[in-house]
Amino acid sequence: MTEIKVGLATCGIASGGEAVFEEIKKEIEENDLDVNLKETGCMGMCYEEVLVEVIDDHDHYLYSRVTPDKAKRILKEHLIEHKPIEEWIIKGNGADIGNGFFEKQKRIVLRNCGIIDPGSIEEYMDREGYKAIQMCLKEYTSLEVIDTIKKSGLRGRGGGGFPTGLKWDFARQAEGDKKYIICNADEGDPGAFMDRSALEGDPHSVLEGMMIAAYAAGANEAYIYVRAEYPLAIKRLKIAIAQCEEKGFLGTHIFGSNMDFTINIKEGAGAFVCGEETALIASIEGRRGVPRIRPPFPAKKGLWKNPTNINNVETYANVPWIILNGADAFASMGTEKSKGTKVFALAGKINKSGLAEVPMGITINEIVFDIGGGIKGDKAFKAVQIGGPSGGCIPEKMGDLKIDYNEITRTGAIMGSGGLIVLDETTCMVDLAKFFLNFTQNESCGKCTFCRIGTKRMLEVLERITSGEGKDGDIELLEDLAEKIKSSTLCGLGQTAPNPVLTTINYFRSEYEAHIYEKRCPSHYCPALVTYHINAEECTGCTLCAKKCPVNAINGDKKEAHFINTEKCIKCGLCFDVCRFHAVEKI
Amino acid sequence: MRDERRLEHDHKYPEEREIKNFKFDLINKRKQRNQHGALIPLLQSAQDSYGYIPEKAIHYISEVVNIPAADIYGVITFYSQFRLKPLGKYVIRICEGTACHVNGAKNILKVLQNELGIGVAETTDDGLFTLQSVACLGCCSLSPVIMINDETYGNLDAEKTRKVIKKYRKRETNAHTA
Repeated sequence: MTEIKVGLATCGIASGGEAVFEEIKKEIEENDLDVNLKETGCMGMCYEEVLVEVIDDHDHYLYSRVTPDKAKRILKEHLIEHKPIEEWIIKGNGADIGNGFFEKQKRIVLRNCGIIDPGSIEEYMDREGYKAIQMCLKEYTSLEVIDTIKKSGLRGRGGGGFPTGLKWDFARQAEGDKKYIICNADEGDPGAFMDRSALEGDPHSVLEGMMIAAYAAGANEAYIYVRAEYPLAIKRLKIAIAQCEEKGFLGTHIFGSNMDFTINIKEGAGAFVCGEETALIASIEGRRGVPRIRPPFPAKKGLWKNPTNINNVETYANVPWIILNGADAFASMGTEKSKGTKVFALAGKINKSGLAEVPMGITINEIVFDIGGGIKGDKAFKAVQIGGPSGGCIPEKMGDLKIDYNEITRTGAIMGSGGLIVLDETTCMVDLAKFFLNFTQNESCGKCTFCRIGTKRMLEVLERITSGEGKDGDIELLEDLAEKIKSSTLCGLGQTAPNPVLTTINYFRSEYEAHIYEKRCPSHYCPALVTYHINAEECTGCTLCAKKCPVNAINGDKKEAHFINTEKCIKCGLCFDVCRFHAVEKI
Repeated sequence: MRDERRLEHDHKYPEEREIKNFKFDLINKRKQRNQHGALIPLLQSAQDSYGYIPEKAIHYISEVVNIPAADIYGVITFYSQFRLKPLGKYVIRICEGTACHVNGAKNILKVLQNELGIGVAETTDDGLFTLQSVACLGCCSLSPVIMINDETYGNLDAEKTRKVIKKYRKRETNAHTA
């Protein structure tokens, strides 16, 4: 039977996927077609949303950028007249315009994303779902499970990179009758959406990973801490948990074994610091999400002072695959110290933004150019920002750097949870550093003095520099503050907060110097250091800039040269972008 | 630090009778020692019912879970999700994530402020729009992005943003005249 799948993750819905889904449903009913219509998760190619896949006896056809009108035509021509509409197909039917996007990827975490219906436990089970946990329950002891995970070389995908097997072993050895498993789905890094996509597209694989962890550590209750900003992920998790309870996969004597296991969902309430494990635990306990001193580590004393194992979404999603395919299969991918794959959320100034799961050891250039299709608008590639507010900028000249926990740490950035923002020549690195510091400064819980006040002072210096009032010695002051913040704060938020500033100073020092000494922003970005004006000789009076101006600061009659009212101008640069005659100039 | 949100007296407090209506079962299911863990879900439930957390609800919750109101206030002001004031009918959340930032979210914010005449965390006088900024909506591939209530609008520029606001205004005037 013919199958139609519509990608309905947040990105698909935001692009109008629900309207397309409804249209297809209506058309199927009206024409009485024998078609199985399904929704599925994120296929990864967010830049081509809405994606509709038609699967018939011959092939898989992937249609991109589908609208309700297009959907109507697809049904008419492809399904009724059996003539696929070639110009809209990006994959299948001999075409592969999405070429390169999938070629260098290796999908383990996203193995089911965009393929199965996340609301159907049967489809997950058809793809070897819940086999791994049953194997563990029947054939392996908890020690053997831990050994397999240790041997696979899996490291924490939340950013820290702590060996997962070792973590589980600590929780197993910890004394206590009651033990907890926590899944950290508080994906707070701006620019990261891997965990959201995994939860929306394949919630069961995360649940199964948690079951295996619980079996290994001897836990019988679990919490998933999800950001409240991810309503769809929460909804799909709730459905998945209810399905498991119904089938006896959760509850007492799961899968007919001696193990009891329940999973609760805890919605976060909007605090970045709750991604830190001790803060997260405090938040589940109903308190302000403030980190505490470790040790004791959560493996010894975690939730309600009981031994607790915390891993991130992506880490758990890897686990069933490792059990099924063996530690060696996983360890065969990647570099010496970093095994397996990593999911990256590609965004920023890149042609193909979306989700990509790549084997460790791939280079940054391969991700940006081969998978991401290069820089938008043929601008020059400048750097990638990796690891979010805790990470740093890796410049274009280091594009051959391999994705590996240790290699990336050596650059001053961190692997982080997987946000990868591509920057082009128009991005000002000082402004970017300011952006991240503003974020961490806002999100600091306020417990440690250096994080609370030190980041504020650093932010003030950066604001001074970008507004053209930088002073001699500012760079040194930033470096000095950064070192002190790193060494005198309690949790990861503070310890890594200066990273974006330090890496940009390290690799783009000349930009800081241009701002401070020459009062110039080399990327023409910082508004205080740029003025716009219209070259009257080039201006044709097409009025486009005046129409686009957000504050109506551009005046002039039709077919006459326009001019910018500099008092009203907010220096947004839209007129510069829209002018077809290059009449708008930045000075 | 976060903006200080003050408790203000408001005549629109719901009746006490109503306050007792929100999800009680959350507490009853839990054992005594875990009552602290019920606090955040209760606050979320109160906010779901009223759109914000009324002062009376704080006192009520305080009695139920046996946590001082001052501590509850501390929890409320710690998390950015919680509000102590009612919101506008349409809540516009502008994403300030990295991808949106490098793709011009600041301009979108300027346009919104210009169109609505309010700043971030403010509500228009007619009670129609509230403008909020959020760290990341997680739709980075559609940047710059705003969300109005549950609808996401992506790939925005100044013109598109104005159109979106116009659409909502029109919807309101139509609703009034109809």
